[in-house]
Amino acid sequence: MQLSLQGIGKTVGGEMHLANISADLASGLNVVLGPTGSGKTSLLRLIAGLDRPTTGKLQLDGCDITALGVSRRNVAMVYQQFVNYPSFTVYDNIASPLRQGTNHDAKEIDRRVREAAALLHIEPMLDRLPSQLSGGQQQRTAIARAIVKDADLLLLDEPLVNLDYKLREELRAEMRSLFTQRKTIVVYATTEPSEALLLGGSTMVLDQGRVLQFGPTLQTYHHPMSMRVGTIFSDPSMNLLEARIAAAQLHLSDDLAFTLPAHMANLPAGEYRIGVRATHVSLASDGKDAIPALADVELAEISGSETFLHLRHGPLNFIAQVEGVHPFDLGAQVTVYLNRARLYAFDSGGKLVGAPAIRDSHEGSGHGTH
Amino acid sequence: MRKRHIALILYFFLLLLPIYWLLNMSLKTNREIVSTLTLFPQNLTFANFAVIFTDPSWYNGYINSLSYVAINVVLSLLVALPAAYAFSRYRFIGDKHMFFWLLTNRMAPPAVFLLPFFQLYSTIGLLDTYWAVALAHMLFNVPLAVWILEGFMSGVPREIDEMAFMDGYSLPKFFLRIFVPLIRSGIGVTAFFCFMFSWVELLMARTLTSVEAKPIAATMTRTVSAAGMDWGVLAAAGVLTIVPGALVIYFVRNYIAKGFALGRV
Repeated sequence: MQLSLQGIGKTVGGEMHLANISADLASGLNVVLGPTGSGKTSLLRLIAGLDRPTTGKLQLDGCDITALGVSRRNVAMVYQQFVNYPSFTVYDNIASPLRQGTNHDAKEIDRRVREAAALLHIEPMLDRLPSQLSGGQQQRTAIARAIVKDADLLLLDEPLVNLDYKLREELRAEMRSLFTQRKTIVVYATTEPSEALLLGGSTMVLDQGRVLQFGPTLQTYHHPMSMRVGTIFSDPSMNLLEARIAAAQLHLSDDLAFTLPAHMANLPAGEYRIGVRATHVSLASDGKDAIPALADVELAEISGSETFLHLRHGPLNFIAQVEGVHPFDLGAQVTVYLNRARLYAFDSGGKLVGAPAIRDSHEGSGHGTH
Repeated sequence: MRKRHIALILYFFLLLLPIYWLLNMSLKTNREIVSTLTLFPQNLTFANFAVIFTDPSWYNGYINSLSYVAINVVLSLLVALPAAYAFSRYRFIGDKHMFFWLLTNRMAPPAVFLLPFFQLYSTIGLLDTYWAVALAHMLFNVPLAVWILEGFMSGVPREIDEMAFMDGYSLPKFFLRIFVPLIRSGIGVTAFFCFMFSWVELLMARTLTSVEAKPIAATMTRTVSAAGMDWGVLAAAGVLTIVPGALVIYFVRNYIAKGFALGRV
């Protein structure tokens, strides 16, 4: 199956929500990654048929579906809020898409409802009403209802965002296996880079209603075409440092200069922005590519089992992501190591001009499982 | 605490006094009513109520009133439900103006509409039927019903509608199977307000009917002059007039609290 978006644009009351979106979404997982207000929900609603695009066309396997209404598109959607029919039991909620429109006998419906409930681990709750469930169970019900239908298009609009941390981790881990074996075109909108990495598939990076980059998730992660993609597809945001290349040396500041790494060797001298992900700034040297730098700790945030260090080295401000919970005194001096081999170089226009080679595919997903 | 109790008791005493006095009168004989002041009926009698339940000119009044009220409530809801849904879910040109214009219908006193209704109904032969009163009352009840229902409907997330359409529900099926159960408290409140307006409205009901559809309120006012001063029977009729309203309030009292909380009632 293939859904192609051809120059999709959406303007509401003179305000541009989406502009000229063209992409081919294939069966399997398609992540739409973008910050809040980037147009993820607008895009999903257009794909679902809940809204009509102002310009452009949608084609499903070559058939124009732009004018088809939502009920004729064979689509299922999971919302950010937990939306279930409040007056139906969990069982009836899940069975609802099978009972409408299609002709399934009661036995077949029962089999499929129980199968979907088993996948989402909500079998014991089948006789309850949604209001008697916890938030996580309500969202599981909504997801079960969406997958039971075996729709052509399965849209998930930040389905995990309203869940607490533990539940989110738990459901997130199950998501990938839920969606990968299906022929369905799954479109999964999220603001979290780690979610995109965990799910795999393809990722479309959306910002201010425009597609910045679309491709296989790891490819997009490792080769952000622009600074903006790098920023959106990193959490915490990619550190961007003013730098100068002169005489085969990369000058980050007056007292921090080193030989260009191999992947930047061909860059002409000039001003650049160097991008370095917080994971590639560490407290321990990890080989010959580690560049030591003395930095002041301005803030140490603890997130889950990691510590985010906000550091300053002369004019440079950057964040380091360190495994484990570490106490740091504010203002303390630490030696951190920048991994020279993992630096990105962007030109003055923000375009990627030098990126590290992809070492191994585990690196990206390893980042995602934190 | 003590002071508050005294104030409450006083308040309820004042509230209940006229109702108690009506009940008291209805259980007395006419002689007792006009001759002495008694707090309890000295000769307890149900004769007044017996008159009402046996005399067709009395009990037909109740049947007539309840008939046109029932027609009015059902029709008002049937018309207002789709209208309120449209106002709550769709944007169309002039939707806000139209919503406000609906309410302006209630700003004029019923008497203003009396003449046109009377003339129109007499021309098309609708005068003195249940439908005459029911339709006339709809002019006031439909806007109110739309207003109240729209508030309740807007409280239901739009995503529920969208999800139902994705599941393959048609609009009518979705409306009856899923949407109406979700706003049933709103429907209860709306029905109550339609009932109350139609049940107590006297001017239209009296003018648009004469014999066949004469409401109980009109029967009561006419009996005063026709049968002399039959205080006891009149009081019994009054008591019976309170009963349907009290019953309806009893069943929707919780919903009304909810409606107040939503800010539309």
